[in-house]
Amino acid sequence: MSILVNKDTKVIVQGFTGKEGTFHAEQCIAYGTNIVGGVTPNKGGQEHLGKPVFNTVKDAVIETGATVSMIFVPPVFVADAVMEAAAAGITLAVIITEGAPVRDMQAAKAYAVKHGMMTIGPNCPGIITAEECKIGIMPGNIFKKGNVGLISKSGTLTYEGANQVCKEGFGITTAVGIGGDPIIGLSYKQLLPMFEADPETHAIVMIGEIGGDLEIQAAAYIKEHITKPVVAFIAGQTAPQGKRMGHAGAIVSGGAGTAAEKMAALEAAGVTVVVSPADIGKAVKKVLNK
Amino acid sequence: MNIHEYQAKQIFAKYGVPTPRGIVANTPAQAVANAHELGGKIWVVKAQIHAGGRGLGGGVKLARSVSEVETLAKEILGMTLVTHQTGPEGKLVQKVYIEEGADIVDELYLGVVLDRAKEMPVIMASTQGGMEIETVAHDNPEKIIKVAVDPAIGFQGFHGRELVFGLGITDPIEQKKFISFASKLYKLYMENDAEMIEINPLIKTGSGDFLALDGKMGFDDSALARHQDIEDMRDISEEDADEREASQYGLSYISLDGEIGCMVNGAGLAMGTMDTINYMGGTPANFLDVGGKANAETVAKGFEIILKNPKVKAIFVNIFGGIVRCDRIANGILEATKMVDVRVPVIVRLDGTNAPEAAEILKNANIANVIAATDLADGAAKAVKAAKGEK
Repeated sequence: MSILVNKDTKVIVQGFTGKEGTFHAEQCIAYGTNIVGGVTPNKGGQEHLGKPVFNTVKDAVIETGATVSMIFVPPVFVADAVMEAAAAGITLAVIITEGAPVRDMQAAKAYAVKHGMMTIGPNCPGIITAEECKIGIMPGNIFKKGNVGLISKSGTLTYEGANQVCKEGFGITTAVGIGGDPIIGLSYKQLLPMFEADPETHAIVMIGEIGGDLEIQAAAYIKEHITKPVVAFIAGQTAPQGKRMGHAGAIVSGGAGTAAEKMAALEAAGVTVVVSPADIGKAVKKVLNK
Repeated sequence: MNIHEYQAKQIFAKYGVPTPRGIVANTPAQAVANAHELGGKIWVVKAQIHAGGRGLGGGVKLARSVSEVETLAKEILGMTLVTHQTGPEGKLVQKVYIEEGADIVDELYLGVVLDRAKEMPVIMASTQGGMEIETVAHDNPEKIIKVAVDPAIGFQGFHGRELVFGLGITDPIEQKKFISFASKLYKLYMENDAEMIEINPLIKTGSGDFLALDGKMGFDDSALARHQDIEDMRDISEEDADEREASQYGLSYISLDGEIGCMVNGAGLAMGTMDTINYMGGTPANFLDVGGKANAETVAKGFEIILKNPKVKAIFVNIFGGIVRCDRIANGILEATKMVDVRVPVIVRLDGTNAPEAAEILKNANIANVIAATDLADGAAKAVKAAKGEK
């Protein structure tokens, strides 16, 4: 078992024939992901990487029955691509592109929600169900099948965490890189219940960062609803307080989103919080061997 | 990207958001000319730097004569202004804004910022203008009115009513003026892809008008490509030279106080590496994210920038290759040792994509200063030891 995606998930790629899209789609296909086609306007009817290319997401969905889209289009086209996917009936869009304007993402996310489409990212490594389905840019070989679910804001810390878990002799069910932009799709609060419900997942690793209050919300949720052990790391304990101009950002959510605040909230929720990311693997071993 | 007060007020003026009249000056002579041009009997001389708290730091002063404008401009121009937002090193003042004096009856606060939880802009207003708004948020959170505006519907009448009734503005003419002010501010926030706007204080004058006495604006860097007029307002002198140089090579660099230089891929792992060094008793000298497109040239540049800092006693290269290929980083380290005098031990941990090839490259090169590490904990421990001069 796993969450959200598995070996049967039909995936299309938006921005399929571009440099990034091509490189990573090829890697995903090699990993075993069921990529059923891609979308690049004006290249409909062609074949790319042995898969059909369509002009629109709508055509691709009708022809292939795809439910998930992996988005690689340039930053200014991201919102358009996300909304096109939502309008075409895609149920999950994984947005890899970095640098999408925040205002665009506000509109795109609101539209996606209205159409019942989940999103992951933007500016994230994607999602991977170990040894079944990789939708993103992570090095697939480090994710061995196992019983640990992973949720991370940071791409490279996703790899670091997964690698340690696997080196300790455990493995991953599904790992999700949610991204750290101001507006993101699925977050801890939506993903935690999915892992809680997944019988194969026995423990959850949660990697956060300074800024915002998603980790604080997650802590409150864990306290009330999560029975499986959770290991967490918050990056940025030693980050300097930024040289800021105003204060408006910090007071919206009533806190500055410091690492200390988040670590304390998670600890109070019964989460095993590690001070260094080098201890993630050991902590997972400890909670699973209890 | 941030801009100066005088630039924010230029944008305000374009959208009809009322401000006192003012003109920016680079020299005391210009300041005097500006005071003459503005006329009146009272002027305010305001230091233009990208930081708040200027008044408390001595960067905003009242002048009651033109000769006083000159004296104050001489005093403020060229001073290093230290406020709670500049850091202890302060900021050099290179411009002053000469503004006409205002008849202040009341001081309010008004800001627009993204509410991440609601995923839409929120307008914040308070009667506690002129005060540190973070203090107000902490001590009297009920004194801050927050009105979220869904961009799909835009600023509506009810948003305005929530603001004025929340602030206790009862006079219908004043209500109308304030609502107009807020709706224009929302419009310019959206149209310019602003990240935040803050007006503190927003004043009410004796004639019942509302004026932006201050103005701070920051913009979404990802959207600057579609706002050339905003990009043109960039003041390079307000940015850290090393950070700027690094960004030209796709590197994200922030200097810190410690002794261990860090070169890492990904912001999260970079922060995690700093945290681990700290945890093991060392101190990070910098944050450096080489990004996803790192190659030999960028790695060499990274070494150069890190080594500019004389405090650096060891460098920890911590790469978990996903898109970044470890063999490229290894070659970059070799290049760097040829191009730059790498005078300190370099601890290298390369994991992920093409890590075995990278290990081979470094082994064959056999460079004296390079120490291999097996994982994050091992690398951080070796870096902390090396910085202390231990083997």
